Amino acid sequence: MTQATLVSDSLVAIYSAMFVYALAFIFFTYDLAKRMSEAKALASAPALEVVQAKAGGKGGTTTTVLDRPGPPPPGFEVTASGKVKRSLAARLGMVFTVMAWVLHVGGTVFRGVAAGRVPWANMFEFTLTATAIIIGVFLITQFWQDLQFLGAYVTGFVLVFLGVATTNFYVDVVPLPPALQSYWLVIHVFVASLGTGFYGLGAALSIVQLLQARRESRGLPSVRAIPNAERLEALAYRLIVVGFVFWTFTLIAGSIWAEHAWGRYWGWDTKEVWTFIVWVIFAGYIHARATRGWRGSRSAILAIVGFSAVLFNFTIVNLYFHGLHSYSGL
Amino acid sequence: MASDRRPSKNSPTRSADAGTSAETDPRRPSDHFDSPVPEVTNPRLGFVGYLRFFWRQLTSMRTALFLLLLVAFAAVPGSLVPQTTSDPNGVIQYKAANPGWSKVLDSLGVFNTYSSVWFSAIYILLFISLIGCIIPRTMHHVAALRTPPPKTPARLDRLPGFLRTASAEADDDHVAAGVNSARELLRSSGYRVRVLDGDSASAERGYLRETGNLIFHIALVGILISVGIGGGFIWTGQKVVPVGQSFVNTLSNYDSISQGRWFSPDSLEPYKLTVTKFTPVYERKNLNAYGEAIDYTAYVRASVPGQKTTNEIIKVNSPLRIGDTDVYLLSNGVAPVVTVRNPAGKVVYTQPVPFLPQDADLTSEGVIKIPDGLAKQIGMIGFFYPTECSKATCGAAPTSVDPSLTNPVLTLQVYTGDLGLNSGKPVNAYSLNTDKLKLLAGFGSKTPGLSMRPGQTVKLPDGLGTIELTNVVRYVGLDIHHDPTQLWVLTFAVLVFLGLITGLFIPRRRVWIKAVRRGGTVHYEYAGLARGEDPRLPDAVAEIAKKHSQLLGLTMKP
Ligand code: HEM
Repeated sequence: MTQATLVSDSLVAIYSAMFVYALAFIFFTYDLAKRMSEAKALASAPALEVVQAKAGGKGGTTTTVLDRPGPPPPGFEVTASGKVKRSLAARLGMVFTVMAWVLHVGGTVFRGVAAGRVPWANMFEFTLTATAIIIGVFLITQFWQDLQFLGAYVTGFVLVFLGVATTNFYVDVVPLPPALQSYWLVIHVFVASLGTGFYGLGAALSIVQLLQARRESRGLPSVRAIPNAERLEALAYRLIVVGFVFWTFTLIAGSIWAEHAWGRYWGWDTKEVWTFIVWVIFAGYIHARATRGWRGSRSAILAIVGFSAVLFNFTIVNLYFHGLHSYSGL
Repeated sequence: MASDRRPSKNSPTRSADAGTSAETDPRRPSDHFDSPVPEVTNPRLGFVGYLRFFWRQLTSMRTALFLLLLVAFAAVPGSLVPQTTSDPNGVIQYKAANPGWSKVLDSLGVFNTYSSVWFSAIYILLFISLIGCIIPRTMHHVAALRTPPPKTPARLDRLPGFLRTASAEADDDHVAAGVNSARELLRSSGYRVRVLDGDSASAERGYLRETGNLIFHIALVGILISVGIGGGFIWTGQKVVPVGQSFVNTLSNYDSISQGRWFSPDSLEPYKLTVTKFTPVYERKNLNAYGEAIDYTAYVRASVPGQKTTNEIIKVNSPLRIGDTDVYLLSNGVAPVVTVRNPAGKVVYTQPVPFLPQDADLTSEGVIKIPDGLAKQIGMIGFFYPTECSKATCGAAPTSVDPSLTNPVLTLQVYTGDLGLNSGKPVNAYSLNTDKLKLLAGFGSKTPGLSMRPGQTVKLPDGLGTIELTNVVRYVGLDIHHDPTQLWVLTFAVLVFLGLITGLFIPRRRVWIKAVRRGGTVHYEYAGLARGEDPRLPDAVAEIAKKHSQLLGLTMKP
C-alpha cells in the first residue's frame, strides 16, 4: 500500500469510528435518561416507604433511607445474585463503543504506519492516540468495575475531540523535524497520553461524584447502577493516582529529553509550566484526600480543576502560547 | 474499601478501638484525616507556645495543601507573559506593545516570575513546611520499624473484613498448632508477626509504604537543594562557529555567556573544537514537506589538552560531552564569506559573516561592519537568499523558496557614518543602528542596493572600493553548558518516582488471626485494618482466612 492510500484509509477508519461512537453515545444517553426518570418516578411514587431517620441528636443530619419493595422497574433485570443487569440500551452502547474503538485504534495504527513512526508527533495524531487510550482505559476498567454510567460522558468527550482533530488539527503526514527525532518521543508522549486518559476518567468520576453528593444531600433517591458518592470518590482516587504516576514520569522523561534536545532540563517554557501546574494540582488533590475536611466534594473539585488544566495545556497552550513545544504542526 | 475508613465519631476504624498504639502510628500532621480528632482546648499561649502553634500550623496538611495550590496558581502568570530567561525577545516585543501595563508587570517581577520574590517565598515556605513534616515522620517511622505489631484488639468483629470459622472440637495442642500455622502463613505472606498469649497472631505489613512516601518527600527536597546549589555553579555559553573554523573553550571566545554566582573562568577546560563539516538534510520525497529540514549533523574535531584528537558528531538530540561540558547543536544557518577591497585592490576584510535565518527557507539577515581600511566607515545590512525565486514566479520582492544553496543571492544596503565600534562599549554584531548613519545605496536612496552571486564582485558606492561574495559556508550555533548537579537532580527525580510508586501502591495493613475458645471448642476470627488507602483489604483478609482455614481443615462460617 502506498502512503497516500494508508493515510486515506486511516481517515476513513477514524470517520467510521466517530459514526459508531455517536451511536454508542445515543444509546448511553438514552439509558442514562431512562434511569434518571426512573429515579424521579421512584421519588414521587406513593407506594414507596420513605423512612426518615434522624442521625444524632440536636442538629444531626437527616438521612433518607429508601426502601423499594416489589419488582425492579422495566429495563432492569436482576441476576440470580441480585445485581442489576445492564439495560439493553447500555449493552448496545457498550457493544458500539467496542466496535468504534477497534476502528479508532485501526485508524491510528494506519496513520502511524503511513508516517513510518509512532502516531503521536503532532496535535492531530496525539488526539487520535490520547482519545483511543481514554476509551481503552474505560473499556479495560469494565472488567474490574462497572462504569457504564460514564459511557455517555466518555463517548461524547472522545467524539468532540475527534471532531475537532479531524476538522481543525488535521495535518498531512510529514517527516519529523530533528528535535523530535528521539526515542523520548515514543516514551514521553505516550506516557503523557496514558496519564491524560486516567486523569480524564478520574475527573469524569469526580463529576458524577459531585452530582451524586448533591442528590444524596437533598435526599433524592440514587440512580440505579450508579455507585454512591463515597464509592465514586474511591474509584476516582484509584484512577487519578495511576494518572499521577504517569504524569510524574512524563515530567521526568520530558526533562531528560529537554536536556538532550534543548540543552537544559528545565527552562520554564510555557508547556513545561503547565505540565508542572497540572502535576502540582494533582499533588494537591492527593493531599486533599488525606486532609481532614477536604475529602469528598472539595477534593472532587480539585480533580476536575486538574483535568481542566490538562485540557487547557493541550489545547490553548499548544495553539496560542509561544514556546519551544511548537509541535502542533499547525 | 475507602468507605470503611471515613473518619466519623463512631467509625470502627478509629485507632483507639483497633488497638493501635500511638508509638506505632506513623506520625502524621494532626489534621491528617487518619489522625484522632484533637480535643479543642484553649491553652494560654506564651511566646514559645505561639512559636509552637505557628510551627504546627505551618506543618499541617491544610497549610501544605494551601501552599501547593498557591504554587500552581502563582506559576500561571509566567506562562501568559514572556519570560526574560526563556524568551528575551518576546519580553522586548511585549514591552514595546504594552508600555504602561509592562511597567506594572515589571515592578511585580512577572517577566522573571520563577525567580521573583513572591514565587520564591511561596515555594520556600512550602519546602519549610515539607521539612517540618518529614523530620518527625521519619523519626516515628524508624521507631515503628523496630516496634513489633500491636496487641490484638479485644473484639475483632467490629473491624473491616471480619470473618470467622465454624466452631470445632479442640484441645490446647490444637490451638497452639493453629496459631503457629497462622504465624507461618502471615510470615510467608510478607507480614511481620507477633504471637500474643498463645491464642492470637497480630501482623503488619507494608512498612515500605511509609518508607516510599518519606523517600518521595525527601527526594523533593533533594531536587530543590541540587537545583539551588547547581544554579551557583552552572554556566551556559553560546558560540557561532562557521564550518572550517575553530572554537577554544575560554571565556573570551564566547559570543555570550551566563553564569552562576560561583562560576570562575579558570574552571573552563581549554579544549578546542574545529567544525569540519555540517550536513543538513532536507526532505525531497514527501511533497507535503518538501524542503523541510529532517536532519542536521555537525562533524567536529575535538582536542582536549593532553589527549588524542578525536572526530566527533553533534546532532540535535545528541550533544557532545566533553571536558565537563555538554555541547549542543541548537541552531545553524548560512554565513556568506565576503571580501572587501579598497580602490587599490588591497583586501581590507575577508571572513564568513553568520546571518540569522528568518524563515524555514533560510532567508537570512546579517550585518557586515567595516570600520577600518576604507576611506569611510561603512556598515551593511544584508539579506541572503539560498534559493532565490525567479521574478516571474514570485514577483519583484526577492524571496527564498528552498533552504539549499541552489540559486544563492546576497543583497546589501550600504550605510556610512560612525559605527560606534571604537567607543569600547560592547556592540551587538547582528544589528546595525542606522539612526545616525547615512544611506549610500539601497532602498530609499538614489543608488540601488548591491546584489551579487558567489564569485561575483561589485563596486561599493562613492568609489569606496569593491566587495566580493567569495563563498557561502554553513555555520553552527553551539550552546555549551556546565551543570555539576545535573546528575544529582536526575538521581533525586528517580527517587521521587520510585518513592511515589512505593508510597502509593504498597498497601499498609494489619491483620489479626485469633483463636476464640469456648469450653472444648474453638473458632478462629480474622480481621484487618488499613493504614492509608487500601481498597483491597477485605479481599486480603478473606484470602488469608481461606488459606488458614484450609490448612486447619475448618469451614468458614457464612
Ligand atoms: C513540595 C511539596 C509537596 C509535594 C509535591 C507533595 C506530594 C505528595 C504526593 C504526590 C503524595 C502521595 C505520594 C505518596 O504517598 O508517596 C503525598 C503524600 C503525603 N504528603 Fe506530601 N507533598 C508535598 C509536601 C508535603 C508537606 C509539606 C506535608 C506535610 C504537611 C506532606 C504530607 C504528606 C502526607 C502525610 C502524605 C500521605 C498522604 C496519605 O496518607 O495518603 N506533603 N505528597
